[in-house]
Amino acid sequence: MKIDSINTLREIHQEKLPLLALRKAEASVGKERVLMVCGVAGCLSANAQELMDALNKEIKAHNLESLVSVETTGCFGFCAEGPIIRVFPDDAFYVRVKPEDAQRIVEEHLIAGKIIDDLLYLNPETQERILKMEDIPFYKKQFKIALRNCGIINPLKIDETIAGGGYLALAQVLEENNPEKVCQDLIKSGLRGRGGGGFPTGLKWDATRKSEADQKYVICNADEGDPGAFMDRSILEGDPHSVLEAMAICGYAIGANKGFIYIRAEYPLAISRLEIAIEQAKELGVLGSDILGTGFDFDIELRYGAGAFVCGEETALMRSIEGKRGEPFNKIVFPSEKGLWGKPTCTNNVETFANISPIILKGHEWFSSIGSEKSKGTKVFAMGGKINNVGLVEVPMGTTLREMIYEIGGGIPDGHEFKAAQTGGPSGGVIPAKFLDIPVEYDSLLEIGSMMGSGGLIVLDDTDCMVNIAKFYLEFTCEESCGKCSPCRIGTTRLLEILEKITRGQGTEEDLIILENLSNVIKDTSLCGLGKTAPNPVLSTLKYYHDEYVAHVVDKKCPAGVCKDLLQVVITDECIGCTKCARICPVDCISGNVKELHVIDQTQCTKCQACISQCPTNAIVTI
Amino acid sequence: MACNCNETGDNKAIFAELDEFIAANNCTDESSLINVLHRAQHLFGYLPRNVQIHVAEKLNIPVAKVYGVVSFYSFFTDTPRGENIVQVCLGTGCFVKGADKVMESFEKELNIKAGETTENMEFTLSGVRCVGACALAPVVLINDKVFTHVDPSNVKQILEDYLIQKVV
Repeated sequence: MKIDSINTLREIHQEKLPLLALRKAEASVGKERVLMVCGVAGCLSANAQELMDALNKEIKAHNLESLVSVETTGCFGFCAEGPIIRVFPDDAFYVRVKPEDAQRIVEEHLIAGKIIDDLLYLNPETQERILKMEDIPFYKKQFKIALRNCGIINPLKIDETIAGGGYLALAQVLEENNPEKVCQDLIKSGLRGRGGGGFPTGLKWDATRKSEADQKYVICNADEGDPGAFMDRSILEGDPHSVLEAMAICGYAIGANKGFIYIRAEYPLAISRLEIAIEQAKELGVLGSDILGTGFDFDIELRYGAGAFVCGEETALMRSIEGKRGEPFNKIVFPSEKGLWGKPTCTNNVETFANISPIILKGHEWFSSIGSEKSKGTKVFAMGGKINNVGLVEVPMGTTLREMIYEIGGGIPDGHEFKAAQTGGPSGGVIPAKFLDIPVEYDSLLEIGSMMGSGGLIVLDDTDCMVNIAKFYLEFTCEESCGKCSPCRIGTTRLLEILEKITRGQGTEEDLIILENLSNVIKDTSLCGLGKTAPNPVLSTLKYYHDEYVAHVVDKKCPAGVCKDLLQVVITDECIGCTKCARICPVDCISGNVKELHVIDQTQCTKCQACISQCPTNAIVTI
Repeated sequence: MACNCNETGDNKAIFAELDEFIAANNCTDESSLINVLHRAQHLFGYLPRNVQIHVAEKLNIPVAKVYGVVSFYSFFTDTPRGENIVQVCLGTGCFVKGADKVMESFEKELNIKAGETTENMEFTLSGVRCVGACALAPVVLINDKVFTHVDPSNVKQILEDYLIQKVV
């Protein structure tokens, strides 16, 4: 059915509200229940699909189909504890659920009404089981705007999106019929681009609105290339309509009737969810021609990336959509005047778009009251690496790293020490412990040599070598450099070569000076953002962990024990002669009789350290 | 001009399928090149010279442009790949949890380097930039199957089990 007017959409929204009734806090517990199961890539990798199948089978076997439904939903964020089921209306939050648990959940919880204690989250500090999601420390400091629907609605059913208020912001904008006001409201809201740069979104829209042309374009940048960041994918998989609606609003505000979503080919699930969402939205008349009977047309097409990090850069992305090599070009004229096919183009990131509808519906005052002075609203971070609660978190701008890592993230595992946080991926830098209390926002991160980036937050501990981390990022940028400009193409290669030399123990003190000088030249002279920011991992590790570089080049030691050429694997007196190490050694370089001290032949040892994990008495160490 | 891309035997049906896709999606110019190449690689497994020539002629653009795009994007390959694609996630989350050691272990077990294919065309080994399952790091994909918390010492077992399970 096609909705032919704004009022009809509002009526349908009211009609559909009962769909989400069980999921409201005030719903009372009866026989009817809905089980929300996280169905995005992370949990699906942990057998969430098998879990859903098992639940459906049990529900059928117990004839509960009319009372209980199992819905797939967007990311709950707590990936470390996945797969997760949230049972409404009891509001029970089950973690690490296995397909084998399905029978218990149906028989004990759904039929007998008894909460299954051992599937609830165990607070590692108090050893208490926690029933509700919002009482878990991981969620306490979070505030959800971009991820508002993830975990609440089923992204495959547009009815649930409509019940949740989807497309009402578009309706409001179409009704008010004032594109300039939309841009002005966005400017006042203080929303800045969530893809990394932090450019004010409203200004971008307004500039494109003012450009006169027969054709304009809206682009959604879903080329999430930062390794370790997956918030855009989670939004697309968990709430695709929020992005489609915002793109249509953008189209109306700037005067465009065509939009492209440029999405990584590595995200097949997100692509399929978007395809379904676009089809459903067109069928319902909230996308396509004559939207809601207002005469406004807006169509969205998907364009796939093909594995090129540089295509996350706005100008390279446009080249790629045009079907060309994704090489960036000089922004002598801004894309708001001449972009895709030479026409005015407005490009925003997925997370930026996901913020638009709430700003329209709740007002710019509401949005600008959240966050810090210069960074408004919230930011989604993908926390990973050496942290207990790996996952996706959305916090108000200005939250400190300490709050994120220790209160939300649950600290560093296995008793290790925090060493650094890395933000901004290959374009960002490392943040040492002395800055744990700075508020996380665009400007404060730039001041200390990192950047917000798209929101990857990787925590490093005392077993991570900072030279090796810099090398890892340079390997990445070196491989992903498009090769168009020489500072980036040749410069990153030289940087990588020097870093490799240092980690092999062949570096000199002069190399450290060259590293810094070369980095600054690359920053100043590269054509696009990729090159301009590529040296950041080198510069920030050099700045904050200079001693570690010195240890590599002067003492020829890797303090973290990572760089193989700078360490020796040795067996201490703790050895009980169990022979396990000798048996696992791939090059047979460990010798010794049973129940006697074993010895490693250093000339043969490849330092693979396979022996270390085998030793029952921790007698094998690196020095 | 007749097409000179040597469509023969079995290939003919695949070329026909590709043409069907091109016609159905109204792909008439350069802007649809990347989507067409995705489809072609899906159908042929890789993008050999004759397929690139065919696409160029269909979209009415120079072959050099097609090759330029194929060689630019890492997703496209002009060499045949193995029956099973092993992808070791090399995203930052996996890297700090030891993905480099996992990769070394696969290289040793398969006796090839990352990016190469075994002689019997059974496995192709490659790195992949973040599959977004950072909570389960390090992660390895063999075709569509995801292996989580991979320990370098279990790699041999993973490969053996995968082959057995595939036969079953």
